[in-house]
Amino acid sequence: MMSNLTGAERTTAMTIAGFGALIGLAMAAAGHGDPMGVHGWIVLAFFGVLFFIVASALYSPEPVEDRALSYYDDPTKVGIILALIWAVVGMFMGVWVASQLAWPDLRFEGAWSGFGRLRPVHTSGVIFGFGGNALIATSYHIMQRTSRARMPGQISPWFVLLGFNLFCILAASGYVMGVTQSKEYAEAEWYADIWLVVVWVVYFILYMRTLSRRNEPHIYVANWYYLSFILVVAILHIVNNLAVPASWTGAKSYSLFSGVQDAMTQWWYGHNAVAFFLTTGFLGMLYYFLPKRAGRPIYSYRLSILSFWGIVFFYIWVGSHHLHYTALPHWVQTLGMTFSVMLLVPSWASAGNALMTLNGAWGKVRDDATLRFMMMAAVFYGLSTFEGSFMAIRPVNGLSHYTDWTVGHVHAGAMGWVALITFGSIYALTPVLWRRETMYSWKAVEWHFWLALSGTVIYVFSMWNSGIIQGLMWRTYTETGTLKFSFVDSLVAMHPYYIARAFGGLLFLTGACICLWNVVMTILHVPQKAPELDYPTSSEAMEPALPAAE
Amino acid sequence: MSILTFLIPVTLCMGAIGLAAFFWSLRHGQYEDLSGDAERILHDDDAPLVPAHTPRPPVATKETTK
Ligand code: HEM
Ligand code: HEM
Repeated sequence: MMSNLTGAERTTAMTIAGFGALIGLAMAAAGHGDPMGVHGWIVLAFFGVLFFIVASALYSPEPVEDRALSYYDDPTKVGIILALIWAVVGMFMGVWVASQLAWPDLRFEGAWSGFGRLRPVHTSGVIFGFGGNALIATSYHIMQRTSRARMPGQISPWFVLLGFNLFCILAASGYVMGVTQSKEYAEAEWYADIWLVVVWVVYFILYMRTLSRRNEPHIYVANWYYLSFILVVAILHIVNNLAVPASWTGAKSYSLFSGVQDAMTQWWYGHNAVAFFLTTGFLGMLYYFLPKRAGRPIYSYRLSILSFWGIVFFYIWVGSHHLHYTALPHWVQTLGMTFSVMLLVPSWASAGNALMTLNGAWGKVRDDATLRFMMMAAVFYGLSTFEGSFMAIRPVNGLSHYTDWTVGHVHAGAMGWVALITFGSIYALTPVLWRRETMYSWKAVEWHFWLALSGTVIYVFSMWNSGIIQGLMWRTYTETGTLKFSFVDSLVAMHPYYIARAFGGLLFLTGACICLWNVVMTILHVPQKAPELDYPTSSEAMEPALPAAE
Repeated sequence: MSILTFLIPVTLCMGAIGLAAFFWSLRHGQYEDLSGDAERILHDDDAPLVPAHTPRPPVATKETTK
């Protein structure tokens, strides 16, 4: 890794790491006795380790060949591994909190292990840790390939990737200590938020600079999807985290907004985060890796561009569908509802486009589990967007809101769409990136596919059932006009579904562990495939659709 | 709902950025050869190129839409 850096670049990296370590030390000193102090030590350790990694290689040989002649893949490789590690951690937390709902004793009496603290570790772990690392890594790959140019700079890709992981670590460790802003998907406290802004601005600049160096006149559509993800997430993050720290030496802040104002800001953020974190970036993945793997261009390229602009212009208005029947003005709710229904059009355009691309290549889909991951992801994308548009209709939401139906919808999107497209892309990318002949075990890919699919289906079906039962029980009246069921009655009715969900999640988690194992074994044991040309991806065209047995 | 006097302008600004980007893409020949553009990502068997400061003009391919 270090052999790609010149001496001057190593010194710069050491300076940045040293500076970071100093900030950590300052935080540890100032925040003594507060969770911020603990975070200070974590920051110090993080940058300290980086400092020593670079320092130990300071005088090793420098790169000799012209680096502009190849792509810069080291950060992509590390990003893929980090994404998989976070997947295992985050999904383990998911299975744990799911089991806590079925068997509350699994909390083991600890304050840190309560549902309220572990749940955000799950959500941030999978969304930011797994999803975010996968997005950053694949964006590095795609922006270079589609621009036919190397990333500018050697330090900034590392800064973005590692800086983002530091944010994830601060977030997750904070939740366990009880640090939270109480804003879903934005729980991390003020100093972590400020750090993320720095990282994100560097990311945006890096992307724009790569595009401006491109040797290909056209900007491939996947880049637009990734760019919208980066830009919009930056704006959302800044607006939703506007807060006044209670003191400069503690991890506690107060939001600039209050009451329904705060709720509106939160869900303006929340749904746009679904849109631009969990959707557009992953659509970028889909639009690159699906055609690549299938070996045929996207069915309608024109439609992919149209649906991009459709999604961008519709999504930003829908946040208020999370606040139906609240103090939010009625017309704002109606606005959110209307745009939510309109959103179905560009969403289905993407899902349909992906499936039509595979039309005529079903033989490949049958034989190649990697392609099947991508196909199922498109199916679940179509399913969850249809469901979402339906749930956004006010009377339907009256039934679904507060129930497990929402959780079912979330995971149809998160497991069925986000995770499946990511796993598919990782299997397509790993041999290319490490220049291996195939994946270590195609049987393991096959197993992973069926585990992931059955886990998702079990999860989603049990939540649909439990959600609708819950919703109906809460609105059933007796003849005298009183509520028929108590809350505890509905809780008892949920129990079997919670067990089923935990089981489905366990299958899904097993699949993720297999994936990590398979990728590591591929790196360690599969013979190198010497690229025919000097060009890193030249081997890919010759890659068999069906990975050969090991 | 004073928050709306903040969020709606922010949202409109985001829309305006999107619109500006869209017009940029129209003016800069991004949609001249859609089927060629879709096809080209599949071929990476040419030699890597050193960064050019001005992107070369689009090369029409057989499948050109126009
Ligand atoms: C191993 C598989 C998984 C299991 C067992 C699992 C389990 C859970 C559980 C038990 C909850 C809390 C539900 C509640 O509060 O009632 C939850 C929430 C959530 N999970 Fe997962 N999850 C898994 C995978 C994922 C993945 C892969 C993602 C995203 C990429 C994800 C994203 C979320 C989100 C966004 C929420 C919050 C939902 C809401 O507030 O409505 N989960 N998960
Ligand atoms: C056309 C597209 C979509 C629409 C209109 C839509 C609509 C909705 C609606 C109405 C809710 C319930 C709000 C409530 O009652 O509180 C919801 C929740 C949610 N949706 Fe979607 N959805 C769409 C696509 C997706 C996709 C693709 C994902 C990907 C993972 C996703 C993730 C979520 C999450 C995480 C929540 C839970 C938020 C929370 O309460 O914590 N949605 N969505």
